[in-house]
Amino acid sequence: MTDMQDQHIASAYDRDLEAIQALIMKMGGLVEDAITNAARALETRDDEMAEAVRRGDAAVDRLEEQINEEVARVIALRAPTARDLRVVLSVLKISSNLERIGDYAKNLAKRASVLTQMQPVGDSASTLRRMAQQVRAMLKDALDAYVQRDEALALDVRDRDVEVDQMYNNIFRAFITHMMEDPRNITACMHLHFIAKNTERMGDHVTSIADQVVYLTTGSMPDESRQKKDRTPFETHGAVR
Amino acid sequence: MNDMRITERAVDLSETKISARNVQVFYGDTHAIKDVSVDIADKTVTAFIGPSGCGKSTFLRCINRMNDTIDTARVTGDILIDGEDIYDRRVDPVQLRAKVGMVFQKPNPFPKSIYDNVAYGPRIHGLARNKVELDEIVERSLRRGAIWDEVKDRLDAPGTGLSGGQQQRLCIARAVATEPEILLMDEPCSALDPIATAQVEELIDELRRNYSVVIVTHSMQQAARVSQKTAFFHLGHLVEYGETGQIFTTPRDPRTESYITGRIG
Amino acid sequence: MSDIAASPPAAGEGRKTSLLRETDRVRKRNAAERRFELYGMAAVGIGLLALAFLLLSILGNGLSSFRQTFVDVPVALDPVAIEEAEASVVKTSRYRDIIEGAFVSALEARGLLEGIDPEEAAGIISEEAPAQFRDYVRANPEAVGRPGEFTFLVNGRIDGFFKGRVTFESAELDGNVTPAQLRLAERLAGAGLIDTRFNWAFFTAPDASGQRPEAAGLGVAILGSAYMMLVVLFLALPIGVAASIYLEEFAPRNRFTDIIEVNISNLAAVPSIVFGILGLAIFINFAGLPQSAPIVGGLVLTLMTLPTIIIATRSALKAVPPSIRDAALGVGASKLQSVFHHVLPLAAPGILTGTILGLAQALGETAPLLLIGMVAFVGEYPDAPPEGLFDPATALPVQVYNWTQKADPAFVERASGAIIVLLAFLVVMNAIAILLRRRFERRW
Repeated sequence: MTDMQDQHIASAYDRDLEAIQALIMKMGGLVEDAITNAARALETRDDEMAEAVRRGDAAVDRLEEQINEEVARVIALRAPTARDLRVVLSVLKISSNLERIGDYAKNLAKRASVLTQMQPVGDSASTLRRMAQQVRAMLKDALDAYVQRDEALALDVRDRDVEVDQMYNNIFRAFITHMMEDPRNITACMHLHFIAKNTERMGDHVTSIADQVVYLTTGSMPDESRQKKDRTPFETHGAVR
Repeated sequence: MNDMRITERAVDLSETKISARNVQVFYGDTHAIKDVSVDIADKTVTAFIGPSGCGKSTFLRCINRMNDTIDTARVTGDILIDGEDIYDRRVDPVQLRAKVGMVFQKPNPFPKSIYDNVAYGPRIHGLARNKVELDEIVERSLRRGAIWDEVKDRLDAPGTGLSGGQQQRLCIARAVATEPEILLMDEPCSALDPIATAQVEELIDELRRNYSVVIVTHSMQQAARVSQKTAFFHLGHLVEYGETGQIFTTPRDPRTESYITGRIG
Repeated sequence: MSDIAASPPAAGEGRKTSLLRETDRVRKRNAAERRFELYGMAAVGIGLLALAFLLLSILGNGLSSFRQTFVDVPVALDPVAIEEAEASVVKTSRYRDIIEGAFVSALEARGLLEGIDPEEAAGIISEEAPAQFRDYVRANPEAVGRPGEFTFLVNGRIDGFFKGRVTFESAELDGNVTPAQLRLAERLAGAGLIDTRFNWAFFTAPDASGQRPEAAGLGVAILGSAYMMLVVLFLALPIGVAASIYLEEFAPRNRFTDIIEVNISNLAAVPSIVFGILGLAIFINFAGLPQSAPIVGGLVLTLMTLPTIIIATRSALKAVPPSIRDAALGVGASKLQSVFHHVLPLAAPGILTGTILGLAQALGETAPLLLIGMVAFVGEYPDAPPEGLFDPATALPVQVYNWTQKADPAFVERASGAIIVLLAFLVVMNAIAILLRRRFERRW
């Protein structure tokens, strides 16, 4: 794209697109913090921090709404095509992905509050925090890839989702063991499992953001060549029966 | 209409109507068209887009040899319609133009009655044997031009007294009156207001059933709305030619991208 | 922003100016504009003044030529006297004797002859009268032997007396008229025998010799001019239009056509007398056409008018928007069809206007006609066309030129009258041109 100009003839158009993308980055920052704080609240059994994360989600939702409005304006007023169209479409999808991630973080914080009332189950909290850290790092890279239009980094993020899936599968097995050892752990384990599952879903949304980056830079979605996860959660466990 | 287009995109099997091979056009010392090769499908609307002076109109005018009327214009290469070279020595441009109708940028009805405007072509080509047949041709053409209902009560009124959009549809009716197979349109809506433009665009979409339509337009949105295939011209080159949806979402050439996204091309 | 609004108007005097007060610059500019307007009005005024003066002098001199003084004379058509007159060598002089005798006896009968010699009294009747009388006798042989009442022209001087051109004082010095004749004319007018009425003969009669200005008319000149205009119309219009269409629509643009174009413009600027020389050399000396003939005049004027028509036609063709040509070619019309079906009808009003203006110019042209002998005295009407085109004739402007050469002031009056006729023709032609343009001008 060497001989392609970066500036639109209408400079206000450029400003509109930049403003929308700035909103996305702001939203991404809020969501990253929410993940980190929720996971820390879980590990440190900090009810206040968990409460702060839950309240903070409203700002993310407002940002998503604002982005939707801005995108609708740009589509109506500028009729974007080609790269601009992809920017606008990807913004829309990424914002909805971020909003979902924010919701999961909020849910994580909610369950962290509940879990403060219960006995901790082994070192699962710190394992979950590592998993959340991994997702957060992926989200950061995905957003960096978005800003820099870095296809390679985005593909890398996609690949790293396998690790998150792997972590989830391991935790899943651990929870089953805990629950089989002591049925009193079941309530806590159920909550912890949901946390794990939601974190794994966050990872999927981050992957989806990375997909959008690939679409934005190349014009087509990446091939679904990523070898799909471990079948563990879908295997029947003889022990249960 | 939208879902129709999706299905039609899937079965894009129309055969080639116009085939240009290595066409070069010179105006005196100016090299206006540089080695353009393109296959234009039958029963399809093909849009030519590009910045001013990119050669899209020039190339359009090659297809019915309107460039012949300019002394300094010189055309090399081949343009085949149904496999016949229209620049062959034996081809009479007058005959060709009956087969390849043209609609111009500015609505240009003859300063005559609406009836005579449409009847002129059939008259000089002897398409009607008597008044009744001529009446039929005029009515059919005006219907195809989607203007019959508006003018059927005043066929004797001057064509120049119609509104701009009506005049342009009258010109389209006049062009289809000679039973052409190809319709060339040189920025047919540039002098019209948005409502008239929408009416003409709707008409173009209907004409696609019977004709191969080639339209030059300055409005990329118009190309996107009416065409199935789009060709982007730049500095006399045919930069990119493809399915309209593809051109407007994922153009392959950076120059096309720059142009359609409103960056300087 | 806020401090600008807060400050009182006086504080912003440096930047702010009131719209209610003219600045120096504006004042100067307006003054210049008013001055220019005055110059323009002065120029137009001078033009109008010149025109008014011209019209006044011509109308003042010439309007009287449309009226003419006649005298009523009862003449008995004595068959013996007429037979004698017809038998004599100089017939008109015998006829004159008959008229004079009848006139004098009529005056005697009414007792109007006192204080004047009968010969002198008879002198107030025009030299034209005998010819008029003879023509009547020849045309109406059955009238011979019966008494008749005739109306004859009076002598040009007597006519001038009634129009105020001749007075008793001037008659004292004039060899052609005596005060006694004037007194007689006065008495006759009092008796109702002499009166002044509209002069149809001025438009129909041929030119007359120097002794009979009262009989001179424009008939031959009008006919000659009309014939020439016919020739110009039938030659210059088709040739000019054909040439223009070829140059404008068909000819390739190259150096050769450029040269032709420049030369056509140059041709329009060639002095008309040069065309006269050309006509003399080609049409009379080389082609052997007769001198003084309208055909030669017409041919010369055709050459002169051609560039005008070509230039007018080309600009009319150029004014037809190219979109019309495109439209015609676009539906498969050939070049010729597009020109004749669409372009030419649209250009027609312009072409006709140009042609009429060219004809008007040709109608007023004098110089080339002088060179090809149309200045000769022609007393006979030319035949009807096409033979008449080869008969001698004169033309209106040449007739004016001729009459202004004559010494008799009666001819000056006639010349002014002829100018009025010529101007009237030109005005009518221009009016037709304007009308055509208004009527057929189409918008596209």
